[in-house]
Amino acid sequence: MGDNYRYIGKPTPRSDAAGIVTGAVLYFDDLKFQNLLHGKVLRSPHAHALVKRIDKSKAEALPGVKAVLTWEDIPDWKGGTPRTLRVLDKKVRYMGDAVALVAATSETIAEEALDLIDVEYEVLPAVFDLDSALKPDAPLVYDEFPGNIIPGGTIIYGPNCLKGVVRGDVDKGFAEADVITEGTFGYENIPNALPAESVGAVALWEEPNRVTVWGTSQAPYMDKVTLFHVFNRQVEIRTIGNHVGGSFGTKIMCWQVQAYAVLLSRATGRPVKVMFTKEEHMAAFTLRVGSRIHARVGMKKDGTLTAIQGTWYVDTGYYSFTTQAQVAVGSGELMIMAQCPNWDLKNIVVATNRNASGSTRGFGGQELKCSFIPLLCLAMQKAGLDPFDVLKKNYVKPGGGYYWRDGQWYQYRGIDYSTAMDKGAEKFGWKKKWKGWLTPTAVNGSKRIGIGVGVHGNADVGEDAAEAYVQLGYNGTATIFLCVAEHGTGQKSNYAKMAAEVLQIPLERISMTPADSLVTPFEFGPVGSRGTYAIGSAVINAAEDGKRKLFEFAAPKLGVHPEDLETADGIVFVKGHPEKTLKWRALGNDRTILGYGRFEPDFTLCNCMMSFVEVEVDTETGKVTLLRVVLATDVGQIIDPLGLEGQLNGCIGSAGIDSAIFEETILNPASGHILNANMIDYKWRTFSELPTIEHVVLETPIPTHRFHAVGVGEVATSPGPSAVLMAVSNAVGTWLYEYPVTPQRVLRALGKVGNAKRGDTK
Amino acid sequence: MKANKAKRGTRSVPQRNVGFTVNGEYHQLNVGREVGEIAPSDTLAWTLRETLGLTGTKISCDSGACGCCTVIMDGNAVLSCKVLTIECQGKTITTIEGLKDPKTGALDPLQRAFIDHTAFQCGYCTPGMIMTAKALLNENPHPTEGEVKEALSGNFCRCISHYQVIEAVMAATDEGK
Repeated sequence: MGDNYRYIGKPTPRSDAAGIVTGAVLYFDDLKFQNLLHGKVLRSPHAHALVKRIDKSKAEALPGVKAVLTWEDIPDWKGGTPRTLRVLDKKVRYMGDAVALVAATSETIAEEALDLIDVEYEVLPAVFDLDSALKPDAPLVYDEFPGNIIPGGTIIYGPNCLKGVVRGDVDKGFAEADVITEGTFGYENIPNALPAESVGAVALWEEPNRVTVWGTSQAPYMDKVTLFHVFNRQVEIRTIGNHVGGSFGTKIMCWQVQAYAVLLSRATGRPVKVMFTKEEHMAAFTLRVGSRIHARVGMKKDGTLTAIQGTWYVDTGYYSFTTQAQVAVGSGELMIMAQCPNWDLKNIVVATNRNASGSTRGFGGQELKCSFIPLLCLAMQKAGLDPFDVLKKNYVKPGGGYYWRDGQWYQYRGIDYSTAMDKGAEKFGWKKKWKGWLTPTAVNGSKRIGIGVGVHGNADVGEDAAEAYVQLGYNGTATIFLCVAEHGTGQKSNYAKMAAEVLQIPLERISMTPADSLVTPFEFGPVGSRGTYAIGSAVINAAEDGKRKLFEFAAPKLGVHPEDLETADGIVFVKGHPEKTLKWRALGNDRTILGYGRFEPDFTLCNCMMSFVEVEVDTETGKVTLLRVVLATDVGQIIDPLGLEGQLNGCIGSAGIDSAIFEETILNPASGHILNANMIDYKWRTFSELPTIEHVVLETPIPTHRFHAVGVGEVATSPGPSAVLMAVSNAVGTWLYEYPVTPQRVLRALGKVGNAKRGDTK
Repeated sequence: MKANKAKRGTRSVPQRNVGFTVNGEYHQLNVGREVGEIAPSDTLAWTLRETLGLTGTKISCDSGACGCCTVIMDGNAVLSCKVLTIECQGKTITTIEGLKDPKTGALDPLQRAFIDHTAFQCGYCTPGMIMTAKALLNENPHPTEGEVKEALSGNFCRCISHYQVIEAVMAATDEGK
C-alpha cells in the first residue's frame, strides 16, 4: 500500500472501552433527571378497530397521575411516509397500537392508570398478510390508501426517488435467454433485529414551542429533522444522543416513542420518560419488512443475465416510515448484484394490520435478495451453472452501473470485487465442495452436508451529507464536534483515529462532543455502511481544514508559506527543515481554530460481501446446524482490525443469517397477536451453538477516501440467509423456499411429515 | 423495573428492613414506598440501578432470559431481574462497578482482557458477560473453551461479540496461570 500509518489499521482500544467494561458508560436508561415523570402507553387489544369512546376519569383521579392523553387531546401531529399516521388516532391499526398515554410519578402508578382507562372499540375486520390485504374488497388500513397500497417514493430521496427498475427491453431480453424461470418467492418471517437495549426517550418541553429530547437513537440529528416535520414545523427541537445498546438500523425509527414523551412533557411541564418494555420493543417496534416477489428471470447458458421482470411486494405492517426508501435502495442493490441490460421490476408497498416493519440492517436489499436469489437458483440449476461463478460474473464491475435511490443512473467507479470473491471461495474450498444442484457435499448416515453462497453490496457507502467540526487546542489537542451516538460499530473511536492521523497527534489527545444537535453541525447518522466513507470523510475534511488554518497562522511566524508546513505531536515544522518549529502552544489560550468538514453524497462506489455457508441437516430430526461461514470482502483499508472482526461476526445475529435458520416473528393468523414477543420464545443463538466464522478481508485502496477505506459493517448479514436456503436445499436434495428452515419445513420437504402448517407464510 | 404490578393498598406495611453488602459496602434499606426504600416488588436489578445508582448493571428483557443483568451473589452468577431485593438479607453482591481493585483502582484482568480483545460492540450485554465469566473463573480458574461457552450460554449478545468474548475470557484465564 505504501501508506505507513500511525493509527489507521492498527489495533487500538476503543476510546469508550474502559467505560464499557466498568459499567461507567451511560446509556439512555442510565441517565438521571430532576423531577422526572414516567410515561406509559395504553395499547390496543384489537388489530383493527375504531375508538368509539374513552373514559379516562378514573385514571386521572389516581394519585400520582399527572396527565392522560388520548387522540382528542393532542395536536394533529403525524408521521410516516407519506405523513399520514397520527401520533394517537381514533383508529387503531394493529394489536398494540397506541390508544392513550399516561404520565405519572412512578412507572407503577402509570401502569395502574392504564388499567383504569375505559375504552370502547368498534372492532373492524383486519388484514394480516399480503394476500388478504390485496384482495379486491379487503378492509382498508387507511382510508387514504385504496387497495392498502401505500404510494411509492420518499421525499428525502428527491422527486425522482427510485420506485422501480425499468431499463432496456425485457421482451428482447427473454428472447435472447437460453433459460427462463418464473415463480413466487418470499422472505416473510418478519424477524426482529432485537438489540439488547430497548427504545425510549425523555422529553423536556419549554413553552411556548421548544423541546429537548434524549433518546436511544444513533442518529440524533435526523431525529430532530423527523420530529420537526411530525410537529408540523412549529416546534424548535434539540436532540441528544447517548451510548446506544445496539440498533442494527432499527433505532432511526424512534420518532413515535419520542413523540409520546414530548406530548406528555408538553402536558405536564415536567421531563417525562417513556421506555418500552421488552415486550413493547418486540411487538410495537420495528420488524424487518415482509418481502415477496413474483418474477421471471432470463439467462444465457454462460450465466449472463438477459432480463428480469416482475413485481416486488413489500409488506410494511401498519405504517411506513422508511419502507419506500428501502424499496429504492433495495432495488438499486439488486442491480449491483445482478448486472442485466433489461429490467422491468415494479414494486408495491402494502399496509397490513400488524406491527410496523421498517429500517433494519440490510435495508430492503437483504429482503429483496432473499426473495430473488431462490428464483435465480432455479435458472442456474436449469443452465447447470455453479452459483459462485454466476454471482461473481453478474456483480457490478468498473464500467458497469446501476440506478440508485434518487432515480439517477450511476456509472460504477469502484474496484472489481472478483478477487475478494475468488479468495473467499478458495478459503471455503468451494470448488472442491460443490457437487452440483440439490446434491449434498457429504452424507454421514442421517446427516447431510450442504453448501450455499450469496452476495450483496450497497452503494450507500457514500450516501447522505455529513458535517463535522474539528477544533484544535493550543496544548496540542483536538475536539471533534459530531452528531453520532456510538451504537456499537466503534466508529466514534475510528473518527478519533482518522483525526489523529491527519493531525499527527496522539489518539488520547482527541476528544469528542456528545451527540447534541445544539452543539454539532448536521449529521445524517451512522446508517447503512456510510460511517467510514461519508462520516469519516467529513471528520477528515474538518481536521484538514483545521490543520490548514493552523498553518496559515504559523506560516508568517516561521517566514514560510503554509504549504511548506507539516505538523506532528503539537508542533508545526517546516518541511525539510525540522529545526524550524512552532508549537501549537503559540496559538495562545485565547484563540480557537475551528475546522469545518463536509461530505457530499457520492453514489458511484459500492461495497461487497460474499457469504459462503456450510450446513449440516439431520434428516431424522430436521434440525439445521450452521457449521461454517466464510465472509469475503474488500474494505480498501482496514481502520480498526478488531472492530471489523466484530462487525463481520455480526453476520449471524440481528435478523441476519439466523433469520434463515430459526428466527421469526410469529403472528396468530386469526387475531394478529404476536405469539413470541419475548426473548424465550423468540429464538436467538447462544454461545453453545457458534459456527466457525472466517473472514477474507482484502485491502485494495479506494482512491477517493483519504485513507482509501469503505465501510462494510451493515452488509455482513445480507448475503447469508439466501445462502442458507441454498445450502439446506442442496443438503436434502429438494428445494426449500421458506424462511426459516425449521425442522418441520425440512421434514416436510423430505416427505416425512404432512402439510399441517403452524403460522406458515402462504 | 417491577417484578409484579403491586396493588396499592391503604393497609400499612409493617416496618422492616433488609441489609446486604454491595461491592464491599453495607446497605440497610427500609421496606416501604418512599424514595430510597424497597418496595416488596422491587427486583435486585431495580434496586441496584434506581435506589443505589449502580447503573452498570443493565436491564434488557427484565424476565430472566438474556443475562444482561447478571451480578455475583454469594459467589454465584445470578440474574438480578429475577431476585427480589427483600430476599437479599445478609447477601454479598458484586456488580460490574465492584470488579476494580478498591484500593488501587486497577481493572480486573478480565476487564483488561475485554478491552484488549475489543470483546464488545454496543457494550450493553458486556457487564452481564463479565460478571458471568467472573463467577466462572472464581469457581474454575482454568476452564476449557467449552466450559466458558457453557457458562455464558444464557448471555444474549446481538452484535455477535461471542468469539471475542471467548478469546478474552480464555486470555484472562491464561493470565491467571
